[in-house]
Amino acid sequence: MTFELETAANPEKLRRVVIEPVSRVEGHGKVTLLLDDDNRVHQARFHIVEFRGFEKFIQGRPYTEVPVLVQRLCGICPVSHHLGATKAMDMIIGAKLTPSAEKLRRLMHFGQILQSHALHFYYLASPDLLFGFDSDVAKRNIVGVAAAFPDIARQGVALRKYGQEIIRLTAGKRVHGTGAIPGGVNKNLSREERVFLRKDIDQIVSWSQAAVELIKRIYTGNPDFHNGFGYFKSSFMSLVRDDGALDLYHGGLRARDEHGQDIFDHVDYGHYWDYVHEEVRPWSYMKFPFIRSRGREEGWYRVGPLARVVNCDFIPTPLAEAERKVFREFGGGSATQATLAYHWARMIEMLHAAEGIQELLLDNDLSGDDLVNTGTPALRGVGVIEAPRGTLIHHYRVNEDGLIVRANLIVSTTHNNQAMNEAVRQVALQYLDGQEVTEGLLNHIEVAIRAFDPCLSCATHAVGKMPLEVELVDAGGNVVSRLNKAPDGRCGV
Amino acid sequence: MSKTISIDGQSVPFEEGQTIMDAALAAGVYIPHLCHNPEFTPHGSCKLCTVKVNGRNVASCTMPAVEGQEVLNDTEELNADRLALTQMLFVEGNHLCPACEKSGNCQLQAVAYYLGMMSPHYNHFYPQREVDASHPDVILDRNRCIYCELCVRASRDADGKCVFGMSGRGIGSSLVVNSASGRLGDTNLAVTDKAVQVCPTGAILIKGKGFTVPIGRRIFDHYTIKQIQTGGGPHE
Repeated sequence: MTFELETAANPEKLRRVVIEPVSRVEGHGKVTLLLDDDNRVHQARFHIVEFRGFEKFIQGRPYTEVPVLVQRLCGICPVSHHLGATKAMDMIIGAKLTPSAEKLRRLMHFGQILQSHALHFYYLASPDLLFGFDSDVAKRNIVGVAAAFPDIARQGVALRKYGQEIIRLTAGKRVHGTGAIPGGVNKNLSREERVFLRKDIDQIVSWSQAAVELIKRIYTGNPDFHNGFGYFKSSFMSLVRDDGALDLYHGGLRARDEHGQDIFDHVDYGHYWDYVHEEVRPWSYMKFPFIRSRGREEGWYRVGPLARVVNCDFIPTPLAEAERKVFREFGGGSATQATLAYHWARMIEMLHAAEGIQELLLDNDLSGDDLVNTGTPALRGVGVIEAPRGTLIHHYRVNEDGLIVRANLIVSTTHNNQAMNEAVRQVALQYLDGQEVTEGLLNHIEVAIRAFDPCLSCATHAVGKMPLEVELVDAGGNVVSRLNKAPDGRCGV
Repeated sequence: MSKTISIDGQSVPFEEGQTIMDAALAAGVYIPHLCHNPEFTPHGSCKLCTVKVNGRNVASCTMPAVEGQEVLNDTEELNADRLALTQMLFVEGNHLCPACEKSGNCQLQAVAYYLGMMSPHYNHFYPQREVDASHPDVILDRNRCIYCELCVRASRDADGKCVFGMSGRGIGSSLVVNSASGRLGDTNLAVTDKAVQVCPTGAILIKGKGFTVPIGRRIFDHYTIKQIQTGGGPHE
């Protein structure tokens, strides 16, 4: 643990290095490092400086509107917010889903996992993994991948496209649709639509297998480096099915400590606040959630693909389950706490999503007409889902008229806040401590962040759209040196 | 032999007592409009249906058709004015289509598309307006009210109830309801009332129906407002 690097003892004597923006989607993030004269790291912080205000401005709005409104939080994983909010609204109207409605939502969610994981791995992370973290920055992007590895790039694009087609046919649009409504869904999948999707699904499963093979080959090709990069141990939290299986749509909350021991298991997320609290720290807009029973210092945890694949007892589709076992057994379990193992776990989940789609498309319930249920209304609703980046909590209270009076959203990135800070500190200590700052070294920090969160990765690799500026500032606020990454990806001083 | 007017050079027949709008709609000629509904007394407030008659601007929904009128309707100048009026309607209220359940079935949105509106152009007012969800079956979201008074007319003339009315003047106008508490839930409005059905925007909504029609099956997913209002598509 490197909590001591969160706040330096004498910051006024240190130089400040700022990575801003740590280019990202949906707002701004930055990393600040405080270095002494010998470039030793004394403080490293990952800040979220965005302020969205969704929890506030949905107050007073009808609950039926919320699942469509809050998905605008994100352009990459809107389906997760859409479904998380709708699950909460199911509780508000007291509805239990029909089999058709639940399967259609699960299909939509698998499509989301598939497209988002493909986007993250191929578009955002693969340039680092294929070319090297400090390789030529001009080529370290998806265009560079397309030039050097055209088949890989093509498969990544096709996988994402297929996931988007699933979303289009279940939600009405590829981005920001309206498929899920309180108590069910607003459309089924026609037999023609299922035939259309079945046409390519075997190929999608096959390419997903290839993706697992690719990350496995990269990871195991240099195991010490990949295991050790930004390494730290932590607890994990995720949803699991009643029988302990991986379940991305619904389940109970399971948290296990760094030794794999249960902290809690099969917890009804309708009372998540009995188990998870959020701490506010003055230097970031993003809260720091922690597991209550372990306290603020020790209670932080990770969520997302690595947490899910490690936390579950098994994956309920055969190909992904076989890969989970390989992953668990690799190096005697050495990858199960590794930062870069997120990518490996992510591809196993993508394979699971592809298999899940393949299985669901054979189910006639997808074409059923019994799509909406009602029940006894309540004034509080909690919806939890496993979004591509991790556990997503939507919590609402409504008044007697059905208008929102309070909302609390704990998104995946928030759960991982402390963990991403931890990864940044570890990488800063491993690679920057005592070194002259270069673009390649700073990219190591972004690689660590990128392992968690495509929202933060996206813009970094946005091919000439997002410039990066790093300033070295002395204690008096004077700029000592400046490193620029121009929109074309070139670096200059 | 029937009397005729000319609209953009096209001869359009009319009967005594018809307005220019009546004659145009009967002949399948589209004049953009929002506050007009053939079922109710013309109101002439939104001004979208402004046409040029013998060189003068008039509201076609209130102007009687008169033999020999030379009406200009689908002109660049008039459509530019209509676009500006539509943009003003958008910025005067809080019309956030991405999260509105009326999207795809909304006449305001459809007119905006018809007129080629690509942005609000003007600065948003972002007014503070109330949402009244006190009625068990109906929501009144004043953020989306364009003061067309169709609900006022429908409640008075079709339902015989006078549930809705306008209060204030100019930019201070607001849609009010006829109950001592000022709340919709304390009126005698019924979900089956005509007043609930006629709102051209998402200001009056039936509870529990939000987003139940999937994208791709909404009215304006398939038809333009011109087709709908001139009989070229299914009627609402």
